[in-house]
Amino acid sequence: MIRIDSLTKRYGDLAAVDDVSFTAFPGRVTGFLGPNGAGKSTTLRVLTGLATPTTGRATVLGRRYPDLPNPGLEVGVLLDASAQHGGRTGRETLVLAQRTMGLPPIRVDEMLDLVGLTWAEGKRRVRDYSLGMRQRLGLATALMGDPRVLVLDEPANGLDPAGIRWMRDLLRGFADDGGTVLLSSHLLSEIEMIADDIVMIGHGQIVASGATHELLGGVGTLVRADDDARLTAALVSAGFQATPRGDGAVATDAGLAAAGEVAFCAGLPVTELRTADGHGLEDMFLELTAADQREDISSRRTTLAEGVAA
Amino acid sequence: MSAPALDAVVERRATTHRLPIPLSRLIDVESRKLVDTRSSRWLLAAVPLLTLIVVTGVTLWGREDEVTFGMHTTTNMMPLELLLPLVAVLSVAGEWSQRAALTTFALVPRRGRVMVAKAAALLVVTLAATVTVVVLSAIGTAVATRVRGIEAVWDLPLDLALRLAVANVVVVAFGFGVGVAIRSTAPAMVAYLGFMFVVPMLSSVVAGLWTWWAENGPWFDLSWSTSFVTAPEISGDQWAQLATSALLWIVLPTVLAVRRLLRVEIR
Repeated sequence: MIRIDSLTKRYGDLAAVDDVSFTAFPGRVTGFLGPNGAGKSTTLRVLTGLATPTTGRATVLGRRYPDLPNPGLEVGVLLDASAQHGGRTGRETLVLAQRTMGLPPIRVDEMLDLVGLTWAEGKRRVRDYSLGMRQRLGLATALMGDPRVLVLDEPANGLDPAGIRWMRDLLRGFADDGGTVLLSSHLLSEIEMIADDIVMIGHGQIVASGATHELLGGVGTLVRADDDARLTAALVSAGFQATPRGDGAVATDAGLAAAGEVAFCAGLPVTELRTADGHGLEDMFLELTAADQREDISSRRTTLAEGVAA
Repeated sequence: MSAPALDAVVERRATTHRLPIPLSRLIDVESRKLVDTRSSRWLLAAVPLLTLIVVTGVTLWGREDEVTFGMHTTTNMMPLELLLPLVAVLSVAGEWSQRAALTTFALVPRRGRVMVAKAAALLVVTLAATVTVVVLSAIGTAVATRVRGIEAVWDLPLDLALRLAVANVVVVAFGFGVGVAIRSTAPAMVAYLGFMFVVPMLSSVVAGLWTWWAENGPWFDLSWSTSFVTAPEISGDQWAQLATSALLWIVLPTVLAVRRLLRVEIR
Protein backbone atom coordinates (compact mmCIF):
# COMPACT_ATOMS: atom_id res chain seq x y z
CA MET A 1 0.00 0.00 0.00
CA ILE A 2 1.23 3.44 -0.92
CA ARG A 3 -0.31 6.51 0.61
CA ILE A 4 0.41 10.02 -0.60
CA ASP A 5 -0.99 12.54 1.83
CA SER A 6 -1.35 16.27 0.97
CA LEU A 7 2.05 16.20 -0.61
CA THR A 8 3.54 19.48 -1.80
CA LYS A 9 6.99 20.00 -3.26
CA ARG A 10 8.09 23.52 -4.11
CA TYR A 11 11.13 24.68 -6.01
CA GLY A 12 11.25 28.35 -5.13
CA ASP A 13 7.91 29.76 -6.28
CA LEU A 14 7.05 26.80 -8.44
CA ALA A 15 4.93 24.07 -6.87
CA ALA A 16 5.97 21.02 -8.87
CA VAL A 17 3.61 18.96 -6.75
CA ASP A 18 0.70 20.80 -5.20
CA ASP A 19 -1.31 19.18 -2.41
CA VAL A 20 -1.44 15.74 -3.97
CA SER A 21 -3.21 12.89 -2.20
CA PHE A 22 -3.94 9.39 -3.43
CA THR A 23 -3.60 5.78 -2.41
CA ALA A 24 -2.32 2.80 -4.33
CA PHE A 25 -3.87 -0.40 -3.00
CA PRO A 26 -2.51 -3.92 -2.72
CA GLY A 27 -3.70 -6.28 -5.45
CA ARG A 28 -4.15 -3.43 -7.88
CA VAL A 29 -2.11 -1.70 -10.53
CA THR A 30 -2.36 2.05 -10.10
CA GLY A 31 -1.51 4.11 -13.15
CA PHE A 32 -0.06 7.54 -12.49
CA LEU A 33 -0.91 9.43 -15.63
CA GLY A 34 0.05 12.89 -16.72
CA PRO A 35 1.84 14.86 -19.39
CA ASN A 36 5.58 15.41 -19.11
CA GLY A 37 6.43 17.87 -16.37
CA ALA A 38 3.15 17.35 -14.52
CA GLY A 39 4.87 16.30 -11.30
CA LYS A 40 4.85 12.50 -11.61
CA SER A 41 8.57 11.95 -11.22
CA THR A 42 8.85 14.47 -8.41
CA THR A 43 6.08 12.68 -6.52
CA LEU A 44 7.83 9.34 -7.01
CA ARG A 45 11.18 10.78 -5.88
CA VAL A 46 9.60 12.09 -2.70
CA LEU A 47 7.89 8.73 -2.20
CA THR A 48 11.23 6.89 -2.41
CA GLY A 49 13.13 9.27 -0.15
CA LEU A 50 15.25 10.78 -2.91
CA ALA A 51 13.66 14.19 -2.38
CA THR A 52 12.17 15.71 0.74
CA PRO A 53 8.62 17.08 0.59
CA THR A 54 7.96 20.72 1.37
CA THR A 55 4.83 19.67 3.23
CA GLY A 56 2.73 16.54 3.49
CA ARG A 57 3.93 12.99 3.63
CA ALA A 58 4.26 9.81 1.65
CA THR A 59 4.26 6.34 3.16
CA VAL A 60 4.86 2.86 1.85
CA LEU A 61 3.51 -0.05 3.87
CA GLY A 62 2.65 2.46 6.57
CA ARG A 63 6.15 3.85 6.95
CA ARG A 64 8.18 6.65 5.44
CA TYR A 65 10.47 5.10 2.84
CA PRO A 66 13.70 6.30 4.52
CA ASP A 67 12.57 4.54 7.71
CA LEU A 68 12.44 1.13 6.03
CA PRO A 69 15.39 -0.89 7.37
CA ASN A 70 16.17 -2.58 4.05
CA PRO A 71 13.90 -0.90 1.49
CA GLY A 72 14.88 -3.15 -1.43
CA LEU A 73 13.12 -6.05 0.30
CA GLU A 74 9.86 -4.12 0.64
CA VAL A 75 9.71 -1.82 -2.35
CA GLY A 76 11.05 -2.38 -5.85
CA VAL A 77 11.99 0.95 -7.36
CA LEU A 78 12.81 1.85 -10.96
CA LEU A 79 12.77 5.59 -11.49
CA ASP A 80 14.99 5.98 -14.53
CA ALA A 81 16.37 3.08 -16.51
CA SER A 82 19.03 5.25 -18.09
CA ALA A 83 20.42 6.16 -14.65
CA GLN A 84 22.70 3.14 -14.37
CA HIS A 85 26.50 3.16 -14.44
CA GLY A 86 27.51 2.64 -18.08
CA GLY A 87 30.89 1.21 -17.17
CA ARG A 88 29.46 -1.73 -15.25
CA THR A 89 28.20 -4.91 -16.81
CA GLY A 90 24.51 -5.64 -16.44
CA ARG A 91 25.34 -8.58 -14.22
CA GLU A 92 27.61 -6.51 -11.98
CA THR A 93 24.83 -3.94 -11.57
CA LEU A 94 22.63 -6.72 -10.22
CA VAL A 95 25.41 -8.13 -8.02
CA LEU A 96 25.72 -4.75 -6.27
CA ALA A 97 21.99 -4.72 -5.56
CA GLN A 98 22.03 -8.35 -4.43
CA ARG A 99 24.90 -7.69 -2.00
CA THR A 100 23.39 -4.47 -0.70
CA MET A 101 20.15 -6.23 0.14
CA GLY A 102 22.02 -9.23 1.55
CA LEU A 103 20.45 -11.79 -0.78
CA PRO A 104 21.96 -15.09 -1.97
CA PRO A 105 24.05 -14.76 -5.18
CA ILE A 106 21.70 -17.08 -7.05
CA ARG A 107 19.16 -14.22 -7.18
CA VAL A 108 21.30 -12.48 -9.81
CA ASP A 109 20.93 -15.25 -12.36
CA GLU A 110 17.30 -15.80 -11.43
CA MET A 111 16.58 -12.13 -12.14
CA LEU A 112 18.48 -12.08 -15.45
CA ASP A 113 16.39 -15.08 -16.40
CA LEU A 114 13.15 -13.49 -15.23
CA VAL A 115 13.59 -10.31 -17.26
CA GLY A 116 14.83 -12.17 -20.31
CA LEU A 117 18.44 -11.02 -20.43
CA THR A 118 20.78 -13.75 -21.66
CA TRP A 119 24.03 -14.73 -20.00
CA ALA A 120 25.98 -13.03 -22.80
CA GLU A 121 23.91 -9.85 -22.46
CA GLY A 122 24.56 -9.85 -18.73
CA LYS A 123 28.28 -9.78 -19.48
CA ARG A 124 27.97 -6.66 -21.62
CA ARG A 125 28.43 -3.17 -20.30
CA VAL A 126 25.28 -1.18 -19.58
CA ARG A 127 26.67 1.56 -21.86
CA ASP A 128 26.05 -0.79 -24.80
CA TYR A 129 22.48 -1.63 -23.74
CA SER A 130 19.43 -0.37 -25.58
CA LEU A 131 16.89 1.53 -23.50
CA GLY A 132 14.65 -1.54 -23.56
CA MET A 133 17.45 -3.69 -22.12
CA ARG A 134 18.10 -1.08 -19.45
CA GLN A 135 14.42 -1.17 -18.53
CA ARG A 136 14.65 -4.94 -18.13
CA LEU A 137 17.82 -4.59 -16.07
CA GLY A 138 16.24 -1.91 -13.88
CA LEU A 139 13.19 -4.09 -13.39
CA ALA A 140 15.47 -6.98 -12.41
CA THR A 141 17.00 -4.75 -9.71
CA ALA A 142 13.54 -3.71 -8.54
CA LEU A 143 12.20 -7.27 -8.35
CA MET A 144 15.29 -8.86 -6.81
CA GLY A 145 14.31 -8.36 -3.18
CA ASP A 146 10.91 -10.00 -3.76
CA PRO A 147 9.14 -6.79 -2.69
CA ARG A 148 5.43 -6.32 -2.03
CA VAL A 149 5.34 -2.91 -3.67
CA LEU A 150 6.64 -1.75 -7.06
CA VAL A 151 7.24 1.90 -7.95
CA LEU A 152 8.05 2.34 -11.64
CA ASP A 153 8.53 5.57 -13.56
CA GLU A 154 7.74 5.20 -17.27
CA PRO A 155 8.74 1.52 -17.33
CA ALA A 156 7.47 0.93 -20.87
CA ASN A 157 9.78 3.54 -22.41
CA GLY A 158 12.03 1.95 -24.98
CA LEU A 159 10.37 -1.45 -24.86
CA ASP A 160 9.22 -2.99 -28.11
CA PRO A 161 5.56 -4.11 -28.39
CA ALA A 162 6.46 -7.63 -27.26
CA GLY A 163 8.38 -6.15 -24.34
CA ILE A 164 5.42 -3.99 -23.35
CA ARG A 165 3.18 -7.03 -23.46
CA TRP A 166 5.66 -8.94 -21.31
CA MET A 167 5.88 -6.08 -18.81
CA ARG A 168 2.09 -5.84 -18.64
CA ASP A 169 1.76 -9.56 -17.90
CA LEU A 170 4.46 -9.37 -15.28
CA LEU A 171 2.87 -6.45 -13.45
CA ARG A 172 -0.56 -8.05 -13.72
CA GLY A 173 0.79 -11.21 -12.10
CA PHE A 174 2.52 -9.18 -9.41
CA ALA A 175 -0.71 -7.37 -8.51
CA ASP A 176 -2.80 -10.54 -8.70
CA ASP A 177 -0.41 -12.00 -6.11
CA GLY A 178 -1.42 -9.22 -3.74
CA GLY A 179 1.35 -6.77 -4.62
CA THR A 180 0.92 -3.02 -4.99
CA VAL A 181 2.02 -1.51 -8.29
CA LEU A 182 2.34 2.20 -8.92
CA LEU A 183 3.53 3.02 -12.40
CA SER A 184 3.66 6.33 -14.17
CA SER A 185 3.23 7.06 -17.82
CA HIS A 186 2.51 9.96 -20.12
CA LEU A 187 0.64 7.63 -22.49
CA LEU A 188 -3.03 7.01 -21.78
CA SER A 189 -3.18 3.97 -24.08
CA GLU A 190 -0.45 2.32 -22.05
CA ILE A 191 -2.09 3.04 -18.71
CA GLU A 192 -5.61 2.08 -19.73
CA MET A 193 -4.43 -1.37 -20.79
CA ILE A 194 -2.86 -2.27 -17.47
CA ALA A 195 -4.12 -0.07 -14.67
CA ASP A 196 -6.99 -0.99 -12.36
CA ASP A 197 -6.96 2.51 -10.96
CA ILE A 198 -5.90 5.75 -12.56
CA VAL A 199 -4.59 8.86 -10.89
CA MET A 200 -4.28 11.68 -13.38
CA ILE A 201 -2.04 14.61 -12.58
CA GLY A 202 -1.57 17.91 -14.37
CA HIS A 203 0.41 20.95 -13.28
CA GLY A 204 1.20 19.33 -9.98
CA GLN A 205 -2.44 18.69 -9.06
CA ILE A 206 -4.65 15.63 -9.23
CA VAL A 207 -7.29 16.25 -11.89
CA ALA A 208 -9.01 12.88 -11.84
CA SER A 209 -8.72 9.62 -10.01
CA GLY A 210 -10.70 6.44 -9.68
CA ALA A 211 -11.14 2.96 -11.04
CA THR A 212 -10.17 2.70 -14.69
CA HIS A 213 -13.52 1.25 -15.80
CA GLU A 214 -15.35 4.07 -14.06
CA LEU A 215 -13.20 6.76 -15.59
CA LEU A 216 -13.32 5.19 -19.03
CA GLY A 217 -16.95 4.10 -18.78
CA GLY A 218 -19.63 6.57 -17.75
CA VAL A 219 -19.26 8.37 -21.03
CA GLY A 220 -22.04 6.18 -22.41
CA THR A 221 -22.93 5.43 -25.97
CA LEU A 222 -22.37 7.11 -29.27
CA VAL A 223 -25.15 6.71 -31.82
CA ARG A 224 -25.31 8.23 -35.26
CA ALA A 225 -28.24 8.72 -37.59
CA ASP A 226 -28.93 11.00 -40.54
CA ASP A 227 -31.33 13.12 -38.51
CA ASP A 228 -29.54 13.76 -35.25
CA ALA A 229 -32.15 16.25 -34.02
CA ARG A 230 -34.94 13.69 -34.16
CA LEU A 231 -32.65 11.07 -32.66
CA THR A 232 -31.84 13.39 -29.76
CA ALA A 233 -35.48 14.15 -29.20
CA ALA A 234 -36.38 10.46 -29.28
CA LEU A 235 -33.69 9.62 -26.73
CA VAL A 236 -34.73 12.45 -24.43
CA SER A 237 -38.38 11.49 -24.60
CA ALA A 238 -37.35 7.92 -23.74
CA GLY A 239 -35.85 9.34 -20.54
CA PHE A 240 -32.17 9.41 -21.47
CA GLN A 241 -29.72 12.26 -21.58
CA ALA A 242 -28.65 13.00 -25.12
CA THR A 243 -26.34 15.60 -26.63
CA PRO A 244 -25.85 16.08 -30.35
CA ARG A 245 -22.16 16.41 -31.09
CA GLY A 246 -22.72 18.46 -34.23
CA ASP A 247 -21.35 15.91 -36.65
CA GLY A 248 -24.47 13.77 -36.88
CA ALA A 249 -23.57 11.70 -33.86
CA VAL A 250 -25.35 11.85 -30.52
CA ALA A 251 -23.77 11.11 -27.18
CA THR A 252 -26.10 9.53 -24.70
CA ASP A 253 -26.09 7.77 -21.36
CA ALA A 254 -28.36 5.04 -22.75
CA GLY A 255 -26.87 1.57 -23.10
CA LEU A 256 -26.02 0.19 -26.54
CA ALA A 257 -29.20 -1.92 -26.80
CA ALA A 258 -31.45 0.81 -25.44
CA ALA A 259 -30.04 3.45 -27.77
CA GLY A 260 -30.50 1.11 -30.76
CA GLU A 261 -34.05 0.31 -29.72
CA VAL A 262 -34.99 3.98 -29.32
CA ALA A 263 -33.66 4.74 -32.81
CA PHE A 264 -35.46 1.73 -34.27
CA CYS A 265 -38.78 2.69 -32.68
CA ALA A 266 -38.35 6.24 -33.97
CA GLY A 267 -37.82 4.81 -37.46
CA LEU A 268 -34.32 6.25 -37.73
CA PRO A 269 -31.73 4.14 -39.59
CA VAL A 270 -28.65 3.99 -37.38
CA THR A 271 -25.35 4.39 -39.21
CA GLU A 272 -23.08 4.01 -36.21
CA LEU A 273 -23.59 2.60 -32.74
CA ARG A 274 -20.82 2.03 -30.25
CA THR A 275 -19.65 2.68 -26.71
CA ALA A 276 -17.81 5.94 -26.44
CA ASP A 277 -15.30 4.47 -23.99
CA GLY A 278 -11.87 6.03 -23.61
CA HIS A 279 -12.80 9.29 -25.13
CA GLY A 280 -13.78 11.02 -21.95
CA LEU A 281 -10.47 10.40 -20.34
CA GLU A 282 -8.56 10.92 -23.52
CA ASP A 283 -10.26 14.26 -24.21
CA MET A 284 -9.49 15.26 -20.69
CA PHE A 285 -5.89 14.16 -21.07
CA LEU A 286 -5.49 16.00 -24.36
CA GLU A 287 -7.01 19.14 -22.86
CA LEU A 288 -4.56 18.84 -20.03
CA THR A 289 -1.63 18.52 -22.38
CA ALA A 290 -2.89 21.41 -24.50
CA ALA A 291 -3.44 23.48 -21.37
CA ASP A 292 0.31 23.56 -20.93
CA GLN A 293 0.35 26.67 -23.03
CA ARG A 294 -2.60 28.25 -21.28
CA GLU A 295 -3.06 30.09 -18.08
CA ASP A 296 -6.67 29.27 -17.29
CA ILE A 297 -5.99 25.85 -15.87
CA SER A 298 -8.64 26.06 -13.22
CA SER A 299 -11.38 26.84 -15.71
CA ARG A 300 -10.13 23.96 -17.85
CA ARG A 301 -10.41 21.69 -14.89
CA THR A 302 -14.04 22.64 -14.41
CA THR A 303 -14.93 21.85 -18.01
CA LEU A 304 -13.03 18.62 -17.74
CA ALA A 305 -14.96 17.63 -14.65
CA GLU A 306 -18.20 18.34 -16.48
CA GLY A 307 -16.95 16.34 -19.41
CA VAL A 308 -16.56 13.31 -17.20
CA ALA A 309 -19.92 13.82 -15.54
CA ALA A 310 -21.68 13.99 -18.90
CA MET B 1 -4.74 4.54 15.15
CA SER B 2 -3.54 6.76 12.33
CA ALA B 3 -4.12 5.76 8.73
CA PRO B 4 -0.48 4.93 7.89
CA ALA B 5 -0.17 2.80 11.03
CA LEU B 6 -3.30 0.94 9.98
CA ASP B 7 -1.75 0.32 6.55
CA ALA B 8 1.12 -1.50 8.17
CA VAL B 9 -1.23 -3.76 10.09
CA VAL B 10 -3.35 -4.45 7.06
CA GLU B 11 -0.39 -5.28 4.86
CA ARG B 12 0.20 -8.98 4.33
CA ARG B 13 3.81 -8.98 5.37
CA ALA B 14 4.97 -6.97 8.37
CA THR B 15 8.05 -4.87 7.85
CA THR B 16 9.20 -4.56 11.44
CA HIS B 17 11.25 -7.76 11.68
CA ARG B 18 13.56 -6.66 8.87
CA LEU B 19 17.15 -6.15 9.89
CA PRO B 20 18.81 -2.91 8.90
CA ILE B 21 21.62 -3.16 6.36
CA PRO B 22 24.88 -3.58 8.32
CA LEU B 23 27.71 -1.18 7.57
CA SER B 24 30.05 -4.09 6.79
CA ARG B 25 27.85 -5.02 3.83
CA LEU B 26 27.89 -1.46 2.53
CA ILE B 27 31.70 -1.36 2.82
CA ASP B 28 31.85 -4.61 0.86
CA VAL B 29 29.62 -3.12 -1.86
CA GLU B 30 31.53 0.16 -2.01
CA SER B 31 34.87 -1.68 -2.18
CA ARG B 32 33.52 -3.65 -5.09
CA LYS B 33 32.49 -0.44 -6.84
CA LEU B 34 36.12 0.71 -6.71
CA VAL B 35 37.10 -2.02 -9.17
CA ASP B 36 33.98 -2.97 -11.12
CA THR B 37 34.09 -0.41 -13.91
CA ARG B 38 36.69 -0.20 -16.62
CA SER B 39 37.85 3.30 -15.65
CA SER B 40 38.11 2.62 -11.92
CA ARG B 41 39.85 -0.70 -12.52
CA TRP B 42 42.46 0.87 -14.79
CA LEU B 43 43.03 3.75 -12.44
CA LEU B 44 43.54 1.38 -9.53
CA ALA B 45 45.69 -1.00 -11.60
CA ALA B 46 47.84 1.93 -12.70
CA VAL B 47 49.04 2.40 -9.10
CA PRO B 48 50.96 -0.92 -8.83
CA LEU B 49 51.96 -0.78 -12.51
CA LEU B 50 53.49 2.69 -12.23
CA THR B 51 55.01 1.78 -8.88
CA LEU B 52 56.63 -1.25 -10.50
CA ILE B 53 58.11 0.96 -13.22
CA VAL B 54 59.45 3.45 -10.66
CA VAL B 55 60.80 0.63 -8.47
CA THR B 56 62.56 -0.96 -11.45
CA GLY B 57 63.96 2.39 -12.57
CA VAL B 58 65.31 3.32 -9.15
CA THR B 59 66.66 -0.20 -8.58
CA LEU B 60 68.60 -0.34 -11.83
CA TRP B 61 69.55 3.23 -12.53
CA GLY B 62 69.09 5.22 -9.32
CA ARG B 63 72.11 6.99 -7.76
CA GLU B 64 73.81 4.67 -5.33
CA ASP B 65 72.98 6.78 -2.29
CA GLU B 66 69.32 6.78 -3.36
CA VAL B 67 69.00 3.05 -3.52
CA THR B 68 68.37 2.66 0.18
CA PHE B 69 65.15 1.20 1.52
CA GLY B 70 63.97 4.51 2.96
CA MET B 71 64.66 6.60 -0.15
CA HIS B 72 63.23 3.86 -2.33
CA THR B 73 59.98 3.79 -0.41
CA THR B 74 59.54 7.56 -0.38
CA THR B 75 60.12 7.83 -4.14
CA ASN B 76 57.92 4.86 -4.91
CA MET B 77 54.95 6.41 -3.11
CA MET B 78 54.62 9.04 -5.83
CA PRO B 79 52.31 7.16 -8.23
CA LEU B 80 50.08 6.27 -5.31
CA GLU B 81 49.91 9.85 -4.06
CA LEU B 82 48.98 11.05 -7.51
CA LEU B 83 46.46 8.39 -8.52
CA LEU B 84 44.69 7.14 -5.40
CA PRO B 85 43.02 10.51 -4.72
CA LEU B 86 41.61 10.28 -8.26
CA VAL B 87 40.14 6.91 -7.33
CA ALA B 88 38.52 8.67 -4.36
CA VAL B 89 37.17 11.47 -6.58
CA LEU B 90 35.75 8.91 -8.99
CA SER B 91 34.21 6.81 -6.24
CA VAL B 92 31.95 9.67 -5.15
CA ALA B 93 31.54 11.80 -8.26
CA GLY B 94 30.95 8.74 -10.48
CA GLU B 95 27.68 8.07 -8.68
CA TRP B 96 26.37 11.40 -9.90
CA SER B 97 27.99 11.60 -13.31
CA GLN B 98 26.57 8.19 -14.15
CA ARG B 99 23.41 8.86 -12.11
CA ALA B 100 23.85 5.53 -10.37
CA ALA B 101 23.12 7.47 -7.16
CA LEU B 102 19.43 7.02 -8.01
CA THR B 103 19.71 3.27 -7.40
CA THR B 104 22.30 3.52 -4.63
CA PHE B 105 20.21 5.80 -2.45
CA ALA B 106 16.92 4.09 -3.28
CA LEU B 107 18.43 0.90 -1.84
CA VAL B 108 20.08 2.74 1.07
CA PRO B 109 18.12 5.90 1.91
CA ARG B 110 20.41 6.65 4.83
CA ARG B 111 22.93 8.42 2.65
CA GLY B 112 25.39 9.12 5.44
CA ARG B 113 26.02 5.40 5.81
CA VAL B 114 26.83 5.09 2.13
CA MET B 115 29.35 7.91 2.44
CA VAL B 116 30.91 6.33 5.56
CA ALA B 117 31.18 3.03 3.67
CA LYS B 118 32.84 4.75 0.72
CA ALA B 119 35.35 6.45 3.03
CA ALA B 120 36.07 3.18 4.82
CA ALA B 121 36.60 1.31 1.54
CA LEU B 122 39.02 4.02 0.38
CA LEU B 123 40.90 3.89 3.69
CA VAL B 124 41.38 0.14 3.35
CA VAL B 125 42.58 0.48 -0.24
CA THR B 126 44.97 3.30 0.70
CA LEU B 127 46.55 1.34 3.54
CA ALA B 128 46.79 -1.81 1.44
CA ALA B 129 48.44 0.15 -1.39
CA THR B 130 50.89 1.71 1.06
CA VAL B 131 51.92 -1.71 2.36
CA THR B 132 52.28 -2.96 -1.21
CA VAL B 133 54.62 -0.09 -2.07
CA VAL B 134 56.75 -0.77 1.02
CA VAL B 135 57.02 -4.45 0.08
CA LEU B 136 57.90 -3.61 -3.54
CA SER B 137 60.53 -1.16 -2.30
CA ALA B 138 62.04 -3.84 -0.06
CA ILE B 139 62.23 -6.20 -3.03
CA GLY B 140 63.79 -3.41 -5.12
CA THR B 141 66.39 -2.73 -2.45
CA ALA B 142 67.28 -6.40 -2.23
CA VAL B 143 67.48 -6.77 -6.02
CA ALA B 144 69.69 -3.67 -6.29
CA THR B 145 72.21 -5.12 -3.82
CA ARG B 146 72.36 -8.34 -5.81
CA VAL B 147 72.48 -6.87 -9.30
CA ARG B 148 74.63 -3.81 -8.68
CA GLY B 149 76.60 -5.00 -5.71
CA ILE B 150 75.53 -2.03 -3.58
CA GLU B 151 75.43 -2.52 0.13
CA ALA B 152 71.85 -2.76 1.32
CA VAL B 153 70.77 0.05 3.62
CA TRP B 154 67.56 -0.80 5.51
CA ASP B 155 66.83 2.70 6.68
CA LEU B 156 63.05 2.92 6.92
CA PRO B 157 62.23 3.65 10.55
CA LEU B 158 58.74 2.63 11.65
CA ASP B 159 57.72 6.21 12.33
CA LEU B 160 58.58 7.29 8.79
CA ALA B 161 56.68 4.32 7.38
CA LEU B 162 53.64 5.30 9.44
CA ARG B 163 54.00 8.93 8.39
CA LEU B 164 54.04 7.88 4.74
CA ALA B 165 50.77 6.10 5.38
CA VAL B 166 49.37 9.23 7.05
CA ALA B 167 50.40 11.37 4.08
CA ASN B 168 48.65 8.96 1.72
CA VAL B 169 45.49 8.99 3.81
CA VAL B 170 45.57 12.81 3.82
CA VAL B 171 45.72 13.15 0.03
CA VAL B 172 43.06 10.48 -0.50
CA ALA B 173 40.82 12.21 2.07
CA PHE B 174 41.28 15.42 0.14
CA GLY B 175 40.28 13.66 -3.10
CA PHE B 176 37.21 12.25 -1.33
CA GLY B 177 36.27 15.73 -0.12
CA VAL B 178 36.62 17.18 -3.60
CA GLY B 179 34.39 14.42 -4.97
CA VAL B 180 31.69 15.04 -2.34
CA ALA B 181 31.82 18.79 -2.85
CA ILE B 182 31.75 18.84 -6.66
CA ARG B 183 29.89 15.56 -7.44
CA SER B 184 30.75 15.60 -11.12
CA THR B 185 33.66 13.56 -12.39
CA ALA B 186 35.45 15.86 -14.82
CA PRO B 187 35.24 19.15 -12.85
CA ALA B 188 36.15 17.31 -9.63
CA MET B 189 39.22 15.77 -11.25
CA VAL B 190 40.30 19.13 -12.63
CA ALA B 191 39.83 20.71 -9.20
CA TYR B 192 41.89 18.00 -7.56
CA LEU B 193 44.73 18.17 -10.08
CA GLY B 194 44.64 21.95 -9.93
CA PHE B 195 45.12 21.75 -6.21
CA MET B 196 47.97 19.27 -6.57
CA PHE B 197 49.92 21.31 -9.11
CA VAL B 198 48.74 24.90 -9.14
CA VAL B 199 48.37 25.63 -5.42
CA PRO B 200 51.96 24.59 -4.47
CA MET B 201 53.28 26.67 -7.36
CA LEU B 202 51.29 29.75 -6.37
CA SER B 203 52.18 29.21 -2.76
CA SER B 204 55.92 29.16 -3.46
CA VAL B 205 55.63 32.27 -5.64
CA VAL B 206 53.79 34.09 -2.85
CA ALA B 207 56.37 32.83 -0.33
CA GLY B 208 59.12 34.37 -2.46
CA LEU B 209 57.41 37.77 -2.45
CA TRP B 210 55.94 37.83 1.05
CA THR B 211 58.04 36.75 3.99
CA TRP B 212 55.05 36.33 6.30
CA TRP B 213 53.69 33.62 4.02
CA ALA B 214 57.13 32.03 3.73
CA GLU B 215 57.11 31.59 7.52
CA ASN B 216 53.42 30.91 8.13
CA GLY B 217 52.21 29.39 4.85
CA PRO B 218 52.28 25.77 6.05
CA TRP B 219 49.55 26.56 8.58
CA PHE B 220 47.21 27.07 5.62
CA ASP B 221 48.76 25.29 2.65
CA LEU B 222 47.94 21.59 2.83
CA SER B 223 50.40 20.45 0.16
CA TRP B 224 53.16 22.34 1.95
CA SER B 225 52.39 20.89 5.37
CA THR B 226 51.96 17.41 3.89
CA SER B 227 55.51 17.57 2.51
CA PHE B 228 56.80 17.76 6.11
CA VAL B 229 55.12 14.47 6.93
CA THR B 230 57.23 12.49 4.48
CA ALA B 231 60.52 14.21 5.45
CA PRO B 232 63.02 12.20 7.54
CA GLU B 233 62.26 14.33 10.62
CA ILE B 234 59.12 16.19 11.67
CA SER B 235 58.59 18.67 14.50
CA GLY B 236 55.57 19.16 16.73
CA ASP B 237 54.92 22.51 15.07
CA GLN B 238 54.82 20.83 11.71
CA TRP B 239 52.27 18.30 12.94
CA ALA B 240 50.18 21.25 14.14
CA GLN B 241 50.52 22.84 10.71
CA LEU B 242 49.31 19.62 9.08
CA ALA B 243 46.35 19.63 11.46
CA THR B 244 45.27 23.24 10.78
CA SER B 245 45.69 23.01 7.01
CA ALA B 246 43.86 19.65 6.91
CA LEU B 247 41.06 21.18 8.95
CA LEU B 248 40.82 24.01 6.43
CA TRP B 249 41.09 21.97 3.23
CA ILE B 250 39.65 18.59 4.17
CA VAL B 251 37.56 18.45 7.34
CA LEU B 252 35.60 21.67 6.97
CA PRO B 253 34.74 21.39 3.25
CA THR B 254 33.94 17.68 3.55
CA VAL B 255 31.62 18.18 6.52
CA LEU B 256 29.78 20.99 4.75
CA ALA B 257 29.57 19.04 1.49
CA VAL B 258 28.31 15.89 3.20
CA ARG B 259 25.66 17.88 5.04
CA ARG B 260 24.44 19.22 1.71
CA LEU B 261 24.62 15.78 0.12
CA LEU B 262 22.34 14.35 2.79
CA ARG B 263 19.59 16.79 1.84
CA VAL B 264 20.03 17.31 -1.88
CA GLU B 265 17.45 15.85 -4.27
CA ILE B 266 18.78 12.84 -6.17
CA ARG B 267 17.78 13.04 -9.82
